[in-house]
Amino acid sequence: MAADEKIVTLPAPRGAGSEPTLGELTSMAVVAASPLVDDEDEATHGPLYAPRRKIYPQRVRGTYRRIKWVVLCVTLGIYYLLPFVRWDRGPNAPAQAVLIDFPAHRFYFFFIEIWPQEVYYITGLLILAALVLFLMNAVAGRIWCGYLCPQTVWTDLFQVVERWIEGDRREHLQRDAAGWTVERAARAAAKHFLWLMIAWWTGGAWVLYFADAPTLVKDLATFQAPVVAYAWIGILTFTTYSLAGHMREQVCLYMCPWPRIQAALTDEFALNVTYRYDRGEPRGSVKKNAALRERGQPAGDCIDCLQCVHVCPTGVDIRGGPNLGCIQCGLCIDACDAVMAKIGRPPRLIAYDTDLNIKRREAGQDNVFKIVRVRTALYVAIIALVGGVMLYTLATRTSEGLSVLHDRNPIFVRLSDGALRNGYTVRVLNKALETRRFMLAADGLADAFLEVAGDTTSPVGYPIVEVGPDQTREVRLLVTSYQHLPPAAAVPLSFRIIDLATKRKATAADFFRGP
Amino acid sequence: MATDKPDVDAVTGTTTTGHSWDGIGELDTPLPRWWLWLFYATIAWGIAYWILYPSWPLLFSYTKGTFGWHSRDAVTQDLAELKAQRGPMMDKLTAARLDQIVADPQLLDFARAQGRVTFRDNCAGCHGAGGAGARGYPNLNDDDWLWGGKLDTIAQTIRFGVRSTHDKTRMGSMPAFGRDGMLQRAEIATVADYVRSLSGLAVDPKADLAAGKKIFADNCATCHGPDGKGKRDLGAPNLTDAIWLYGPDKATIVDGLWNGRGSVMPAWDGRLDETAIKAVAVYVFTLGGGEK
Repeated sequence: MAADEKIVTLPAPRGAGSEPTLGELTSMAVVAASPLVDDEDEATHGPLYAPRRKIYPQRVRGTYRRIKWVVLCVTLGIYYLLPFVRWDRGPNAPAQAVLIDFPAHRFYFFFIEIWPQEVYYITGLLILAALVLFLMNAVAGRIWCGYLCPQTVWTDLFQVVERWIEGDRREHLQRDAAGWTVERAARAAAKHFLWLMIAWWTGGAWVLYFADAPTLVKDLATFQAPVVAYAWIGILTFTTYSLAGHMREQVCLYMCPWPRIQAALTDEFALNVTYRYDRGEPRGSVKKNAALRERGQPAGDCIDCLQCVHVCPTGVDIRGGPNLGCIQCGLCIDACDAVMAKIGRPPRLIAYDTDLNIKRREAGQDNVFKIVRVRTALYVAIIALVGGVMLYTLATRTSEGLSVLHDRNPIFVRLSDGALRNGYTVRVLNKALETRRFMLAADGLADAFLEVAGDTTSPVGYPIVEVGPDQTREVRLLVTSYQHLPPAAAVPLSFRIIDLATKRKATAADFFRGP
Repeated sequence: MATDKPDVDAVTGTTTTGHSWDGIGELDTPLPRWWLWLFYATIAWGIAYWILYPSWPLLFSYTKGTFGWHSRDAVTQDLAELKAQRGPMMDKLTAARLDQIVADPQLLDFARAQGRVTFRDNCAGCHGAGGAGARGYPNLNDDDWLWGGKLDTIAQTIRFGVRSTHDKTRMGSMPAFGRDGMLQRAEIATVADYVRSLSGLAVDPKADLAAGKKIFADNCATCHGPDGKGKRDLGAPNLTDAIWLYGPDKATIVDGLWNGRGSVMPAWDGRLDETAIKAVAVYVFTLGGGEK
């Protein structure tokens, strides 16, 4: 605990600079070798207000940065290009692989087609998404935040543009400090123009998921597209531009609920981006620590070069321990590894590790890495269960359906020859992509006579309903019986449809009611 | 304590109002900039609205606005859009004959949907929301028809009404045999027993059915037919089936014989357009009793 508190009260990060040379590092470390401030008051009774500090994240190279580039390319590639992927479904359905067709009430995903009443698939997907998020968090902390979250990915993309035009951290800081010049204004204008272009294309890709993409692109370009498409492009241009360009880490710090939730879900075995203070402290300059080591005195590997802080997209000092602002993108690991390589110390002074392991190492015990534990096992089990149920329902999804609604007024009708008749509104669903003919039947009343009102073509007593491809059809079904029913009788009836070609069936239950 | 020089709070760097209560000062925090600009924007929006849209009431009129917007125009436009949307199917419905409508499943669905709305607006008052009728108002779901249950006869009844003011109305009424002195009270009771026996209903064992049959043949058979099966061109109901417009009990039959019957259905020709009448006819036809 004592070590923790000391680290929390480090002096605020100072200075600016891109990745320094070894010579710079050693000289900086002399300046930085001030004793740790041990004043609890400043930490606990500091100002309650803090204006936003503009963050100038420095460019970094390394393993985690490479992973982030790959994830960025893959996720953005999917997002921008997926609407153009074609998927042949035959003549009666759209040929777009992923399409949310609101006017026709259909959702298409490659070989899957979902009707509005099957929206529970979406519910299942959301449950799965939440559980995978929990699992990620239990295994290695905020993987989602650091690598996959759209806020992170788009902010990364916007920062690439920013660095390209306004320069890396040091150059950008110098420019901003020098006041407004024509050149700076021109660079800012270029940056915002590119940002808006990216944001605009982001909104443009969004609307392509809701209509045939090539057609919509053509319509958008020729100003023939519906107003709602332009409106949504405008909305998403605005949100992308402001969230990824201007708000950035503020979204993670103040707007997003996930950091709070994940803080409640984590445990001591979850890997997190961790500063190994057992190895890093006491920090000091390269020369001083080398001298200490020669004399056999304790000396840490941290040379207080602040590279981990300068590369951080949320402006966190990872050496302060677990931090709400840390999105665990691993960029500080890359930055620190580069410095460790230069000063000839082993890498991974900052690494995916646990506080528990640090304590164990300090106590002379071995590391424990427990990925399989009750928490993760349960998450995996529930994910498997929900995924299994979804797969099962998808595999057994029928291509026909039947729903029956009894007339509410009148409940029954007495015919002139004394027979009883009940009326039903019957809806036949044909989810197949070709026209099908279904025969309607009902079990439960021995002498039930079925007819569809207005139907003149079916054989007497055997109504046949033809339903177009990927459509539903509603008909009025009349069921007549001569049976003498007890007062207020409600005889259960089981309605059936049978596809005349494939013999596939669907059923629905209702009642036949008498006086 | 208010002083000339504004007090600045050390922690926040914000000026205070200078008010102090027991050493507690009040920050003079300015409005958030984004809020302030939104506020100005709403004022600008409001002024633009006054100019562009009708807004200010005057003594005998109101400011019309430069856009010339009017709520009635908006309704007219909406109705025109609706008409355009329904256009192709509506034209098809208008052009089709009744039997053609029933033969085309798509047109039948459209006509039933249209007819249902028209029925509930105009017909449900007497016949009920589901067409189940009431005492004196026929049930349209069954297979018993006073004037005929074919598509054309249903449409004719709707168009011209029953005992209505229309020239082509369906006419025919049950005379008041008792009130007008055509039959004595005892004769009416006798023939009422006979009428009940026609549809197999229980009658008083002492009833003289032979006498009733003779009275029926002399007075009722003209309209209801010698066998009591009714005549549709006169609207005379079939007395041998299970369906009774007013009720099968003897008192109700006696009441009908004594006072006569003659309920009325208005003519819808001129009130509903021809397309709507066709749609209602198809809707009633498909309620369950339509005759081919």
